[in-house]
Amino acid sequence: MSELQERAAKLWKVPKGYIYVLEEFCKGCGFCVEFCPKKVLAQASHFNDKGYHPPEVVDPEACVLCGFCERICPDFAIWVEEEGKGDVS
Amino acid sequence: MPVKVARAEPEFVPGVRHPLERWLRTDRLPHIWCSGCGLGTALSAFLYALDELGWDPDSIAVVSGIGCTGRVAGYLKLDTYHTTHGRPIPFATGLKLAKPDLHVIVFSGDGDLFAIGGNHFIHAARRNMDITVICVNNLNYGMTGGQLGPTTPVGALTTTSPFGNFEHPFNLVHLAASAGATYVARWTTLDGRRLQKAFVEALSHKGFTFVEILSPCPTNYGRRNRMGEALDELKYYREHMVIRHGADPKDADILPGKPFLVGKFVDLEKPTYLELYQTKAREIGGG
Ligand SMILES: Cc1ncc(C[n+]2csc(CCOP(=O)(O)OP(=O)(O)O)c2C)c(N)n1
Ligand code: SF4
Ligand code: SF4
Ligand code: SF4
Ligand SMILES: [Mg+2]
Repeated sequence: MSELQERAAKLWKVPKGYIYVLEEFCKGCGFCVEFCPKKVLAQASHFNDKGYHPPEVVDPEACVLCGFCERICPDFAIWVEEEGKGDVS
Repeated sequence: MPVKVARAEPEFVPGVRHPLERWLRTDRLPHIWCSGCGLGTALSAFLYALDELGWDPDSIAVVSGIGCTGRVAGYLKLDTYHTTHGRPIPFATGLKLAKPDLHVIVFSGDGDLFAIGGNHFIHAARRNMDITVICVNNLNYGMTGGQLGPTTPVGALTTTSPFGNFEHPFNLVHLAASAGATYVARWTTLDGRRLQKAFVEALSHKGFTFVEILSPCPTNYGRRNRMGEALDELKYYREHMVIRHGADPKDADILPGKPFLVGKFVDLEKPTYLELYQTKAREIGGG
């Protein structure tokens, strides 16, 4: 089993599905936070093991599940899933 | 950035998979690229394209040279070659000629492909060798500490141009088009879905195809050129890129502070090297 599968991701329910954040992979670049068209995300105040601030969901109701956060993330640390359908990107 | 407090409590879920995981050697992640480096975004757009194409992974080979971009080869759960500096195109050419059914893709940096490897690029394009070359252009040699390369814009500061670059840089779109490439596109790492489409088109196209991706290198290029963090480099792209399909490649220069063109510049059909070789072999009775 790969390391990625062993790690626990954080999951938030949003109207059309889910947002996952794998905090250990995040390097805190802020791309997902900045480019989310609906301002669903913000940088958390806590640090991950590498000393970066991962994103967290602050406005779940606003998420339209466009998948842009997943597309722009350079670190495979955030992704979305449509309710009942798996990955939407 | 303002710190807000999460409204909903997240759940912890073990064993979940990123949608691209089947293409990645996950035991090697997280990758070595810097925070905000565009390479991970470029790689993920490429993997979404492979998902869309639905090809058998055993029919795909990815070849990289040396550099930060060259590390791509090491993260893929595919047959990959991490070759010597500047030489991914000769390796890819050999692979394609030996196994014409393979989909052969070169994934490398601007320095690798256009400085030490520039000669190979023009000749593979001239021959219309049936491979796809993907160049992540971060306008410098990232891996070795941010030296000036053949795509560094005029005036840019690098470790080897501390007073500003005074050389004429290559316009890669124009270079590829004039050397004979039959598909040429340029996008930035902000254009995830457009990039995916360009990769799908380039990989499905017969002949020599080329996709350039402008990508932030915050560690060695952005900061030195007072562009700020990686985020600011992306904002710079957003404010300066102009989408113009079918534009004249000559107009695709990248000048500091000026708008630059992105889009699909070339899309044409021409006999490939292998087709011409087979025709000639038949003609002389050897095929
Ligand atoms: C024959 C040889 N010459 C020089 C080097 C040093 N070297 C390693 S990577 C590199 C340039 C990489 O630049 P680029 O291809 O743009 O990749 P980036 O790191 O920017 O992604 C150089 C000059 C080398 N490894 N081998
Ligand atoms: S899916 Fe779209 S709307 Fe939802 S958090 Fe990601 S970028 Fe924002
Ligand atoms: S884009 Fe990815 S690496 Fe960057 S802050 Fe968001 S989750 Fe972290
Ligand atoms: S040096 Fe530049 S290109 Fe290399 S990993 Fe860091 S940001 Fe990316
Ligand atoms: Mg480079």
